[in-house]
Amino acid sequence: MNILSLLVIIPLATLLLLLLGKGQKYVRGVVVGGFGLLLLSAVILAVLFLHERAVSDAAMLFVADTLWYAPLNIHYAVGVDGISVVMILLSAVVGFTGVFSAWNMNRDFFAWYCLLAIGVFGYFISLDLFTMFMFYEVALIPMFLLIGVWGTGKKEYAAMKLTLMLMAGSALLLTGILGIYFISGGTTMNIMELSQLHIPMTHQYWIFCLVFIGFGVLGALFPFHTWSPDGHASAPTSVSMLHAGVLMKLGGYGCFRVAIFLMPEAAHELSWIFLILTGIGVVYGAYGAVLQTDLKYINAYSSVSHCGLVLFAILMLNHTAMTGAVLQMLSHGLMTALFFSLIGVIYSRTHTRDIREMGGLMRIMPFASVCYVIAGFASLGLPGLSGFVAEMTVFVGSFEHADMFHRVLTVLATTSIVITAVYILRTVGKVLYGPVVNSDHLKLDDAHWYEKISAVALIACIVIIGVWPSGVQGIIYDSLAPVMKQLTLF
Amino acid sequence: MGFTVFIILIPLVMFLLLSFGSKWLRPRAAGVIGTLGMTIPALLSYYTAYRYFLADAYVWPVWGPINTFSMEWLRFSDNLSIEMGVMLDSISIMMLVVVTTVSLMVHIYSLGYMKGERGFQRYYALLSLFSFSMLGLVVATNIFQMYIFWELVGASSYLLIGFYYTRPEAVAASKKAFIVTRFADLGFLIGILILSYYTGTFDFNKIMDVEADLAVTTMAGSSFLGLSAATWAMALIFMGAAGKSAMFPLHIWLPDAMEGPTPVSALIHAATMVVAGVYLIARMFPVYLFAAPDVLTLITYVGLFTALFAALIAITQTDIKRVLAFSTISQIAYMMVALGVSGYGGDFGEGYTYSMFHLFTHAFFKALLFLGAGAVIHTIHSNEMEVMGGLRKYMPITHITFLIACLSISGIPPFSGFFSKDGILSAALRYEPFVFGVLLFTAGLTAFYMFRLYFRIFWGVDRQYEKPPHEAPKSMTIPLIVLAVLTCVTGFIPFSFYVSPDIRPYEVYIHWPVALSSIVVGGIGIFIAMWFYRKASDRPAHLAAKLSGFWKAAYHRFYIDDVWMFITKKIIFRGISGPVAWFDRHVVDGTMNVLGTGTLKTSEAIKGSQTGRVQTYAVVFVLSVMVITVLVLVL
Repeated sequence: MNILSLLVIIPLATLLLLLLGKGQKYVRGVVVGGFGLLLLSAVILAVLFLHERAVSDAAMLFVADTLWYAPLNIHYAVGVDGISVVMILLSAVVGFTGVFSAWNMNRDFFAWYCLLAIGVFGYFISLDLFTMFMFYEVALIPMFLLIGVWGTGKKEYAAMKLTLMLMAGSALLLTGILGIYFISGGTTMNIMELSQLHIPMTHQYWIFCLVFIGFGVLGALFPFHTWSPDGHASAPTSVSMLHAGVLMKLGGYGCFRVAIFLMPEAAHELSWIFLILTGIGVVYGAYGAVLQTDLKYINAYSSVSHCGLVLFAILMLNHTAMTGAVLQMLSHGLMTALFFSLIGVIYSRTHTRDIREMGGLMRIMPFASVCYVIAGFASLGLPGLSGFVAEMTVFVGSFEHADMFHRVLTVLATTSIVITAVYILRTVGKVLYGPVVNSDHLKLDDAHWYEKISAVALIACIVIIGVWPSGVQGIIYDSLAPVMKQLTLF
Repeated sequence: MGFTVFIILIPLVMFLLLSFGSKWLRPRAAGVIGTLGMTIPALLSYYTAYRYFLADAYVWPVWGPINTFSMEWLRFSDNLSIEMGVMLDSISIMMLVVVTTVSLMVHIYSLGYMKGERGFQRYYALLSLFSFSMLGLVVATNIFQMYIFWELVGASSYLLIGFYYTRPEAVAASKKAFIVTRFADLGFLIGILILSYYTGTFDFNKIMDVEADLAVTTMAGSSFLGLSAATWAMALIFMGAAGKSAMFPLHIWLPDAMEGPTPVSALIHAATMVVAGVYLIARMFPVYLFAAPDVLTLITYVGLFTALFAALIAITQTDIKRVLAFSTISQIAYMMVALGVSGYGGDFGEGYTYSMFHLFTHAFFKALLFLGAGAVIHTIHSNEMEVMGGLRKYMPITHITFLIACLSISGIPPFSGFFSKDGILSAALRYEPFVFGVLLFTAGLTAFYMFRLYFRIFWGVDRQYEKPPHEAPKSMTIPLIVLAVLTCVTGFIPFSFYVSPDIRPYEVYIHWPVALSSIVVGGIGIFIAMWFYRKASDRPAHLAAKLSGFWKAAYHRFYIDDVWMFITKKIIFRGISGPVAWFDRHVVDGTMNVLGTGTLKTSEAIKGSQTGRVQTYAVVFVLSVMVITVLVLVL
């Protein structure tokens, strides 16, 4: 059996096993086992990939192709390149740590959680547009229930809003995909084959817009990002982690796997519009975060800013910047998951996320606080942590464009690093430092062992990428060669 | 000299050891381990200096750079990558010596000063982190490596200023320091981006390959808003330097940074990190001189203004650490001016040489001043000079060493400050008499405020203390003595022989007219301070009353902080962030909500038509068909 299919089968099997039993111990055992196995197979996949890469120069590795629905030529076609591998690793890490952050959740929660994982992994391995879209939907739908049922605050409203906005995006996407299919001759849905066919310029324009906006909604493209603050704020910890950490990456990944890769000419022609939007998003998200008082809102706006940088870098359409985009997806995925997991730790004890009602937590829960500071440093791009590597690659790449338009936008985007420092340090200063505001907080306990596992694993990944970036950078850089070829072809 | 990489790595190992081991290590053990850990890099640095300058004297008579270590860290594209390496040349070795020495002294000193403090292990871990970052900065082989460590020193500075994190002032100060320097670093980053775009490299040696004219020609060509790309790049890089080195108007973070523990102020905010900006300009000096001379002029005048401005403020401050902080700003500005006025080749490089010399001597005597002030604060438990006086009787060692440092900074021979200041003044005189005049006047002010500080702490009012003050413990006095000895002897190093912009040795002599004028001006400053402050009198109050407008303005630091406060609070927070947040919630999100509710309303409105009665449907259907038929026939 193809190793890639394993990534879908494991969560599926976990899901089925969950349905068999009920006890908390059983559920935890199954989920930890399942996601541990998933992480293991992701790592094995990465190792195998590196081996295979050395001997093969095919664009996609581990390719498998099964006809699935003959009349429309829909295949279950899978295959990975370096970028998918990186995304799969990210998803596996975040999914695994998310389990520990959701330690006290019940079986039903984890069942939906597994379904979400099926969608995510299926999406990253798919080479067939239709299959990819299907997995995309599979990943989005559990979100409604996970937020609506297990969330906090205005959860129904938030869940509804998130789902509707993302579904609207999906509608655009589906139209775009069908457009690609029919205009390219209706013979194949395989991305690699489609890339060999040429979509006429007039059609490229509208399809590019549809697909880019469709994926962009999930990637927090300004001004379609507003589901994010409400959605994150209402979602339970591990759902926020998975959503901001992995699901938002589905958007960025799709933008370049489908929009840029299949419609390179339109990308060249239209990138300026979206560059302006994403450029605004980067700065706007950062400014939006400065005066927020809810920890999750701060982080949600921060995500708008950081994910904006992903799309921004993709649209720069050069090798370095796009490498930076993937690095930024990876980095943002890890650190935002870390943030949400720590916010979960804090919230579960203080029962508030309002930074005005907290203070001096460093002395009360030193472990969680130190991790929070590290996450903050990663977010504001401190060298030695992953954020720096990603941001610098993006900026250096973006600056390779010699014209004034790109230059000005790049400079604009760089200013976000100052604003990021402002809101991160403001939060850290208010929540962790200073005197203890609420004396009830004095008897709170620090993170439990399962929460510590989650935080430590994520920090380890952030530090590894930050200290030794060349490994992952190399994989991404090489894998982008086909995309670059596609872009220079026209 | 491959071992030099360990100078950087050992502090890193110490940091990891102390931060992970903090639970198992007793405070005392952590302190001793940290201190011992710092001794090795210090010894290695001395050995490196010995090898480079004396034993091997590598490519004598030219002090060329040697890369002893280099590895690729991050590749951006096929021909642009960040390397991590160790580059040795005159100024980097000088900085190695300065950083490791002062760091070692501070490590020893802190054993006494920080004794019994909560978070002792964390303190030592952070000191190691800082030392690692700072050492990585000075040996950087390329500008991006420098930027990386530049950010790391900023972060360690943030963590150390905020060491007493339960105190709101410390938290605010640490935040301010980080954000102000981050803002400046934005300029640095953009400068690097421009520079690397035009030169295609980050490597210092390649950028500065004057013979190959790489930086000079390619960057002078393209222009933006009437200035060449080189001018933009170098001006923006100077912005980064100005932030770190607290040049006006980015100086505001440094006085507040005094909220950190005093030994930290001595190490980071007096001797090492704050001079990183000067070091950066010195590192890039040939590029400034040949590709962007306008920026050097800018540096000169920014430095000149800052020197005078900070000295004026220092006169009026009553918190002894603040006086020292403003003094630091003023002295660093001196170094900046010296770089700005410097030329190239032989005597013309005097400004450069003496800038580095002043950096070197200042590091020791300013660290000494801070550590001395720390000893006083340690026993008095206050920073305010109002509650001090007559301490010379209680603290003889602190008193003598402090006096030596004060004489040195005032430019009195034979102490080190005299030699370095003299060279700066003569370089300034060669450049322009006006610059020389202002610097000379500042030197007088310096002598005055330093001796104001000295007399008010150690002389002045004979106070009756509740608990009699006592001399500091040995762990604190030994570093004081070592630094005092260094202050006495370092002036005699023939610096021009080792450090010059064209890396060729040359000889300079003391310029007696300049030297005499500076001694006289310094002496006048000291005597005025003595007249005012040696004994308790109402003379200072009279003076302050006479100059009340100026005094008040200077005391409030000329309201620059308020201007910045206005910019951040009113403009950025209220003017941008608030509206953005509102706009997002009400306009962007509002639109989405309207779309949602609009859909809901529409369906609400038309749902009545779905009655489920077939007859109704049939009637509507038939009627519609008839209407359409009529329409088609008629039209």
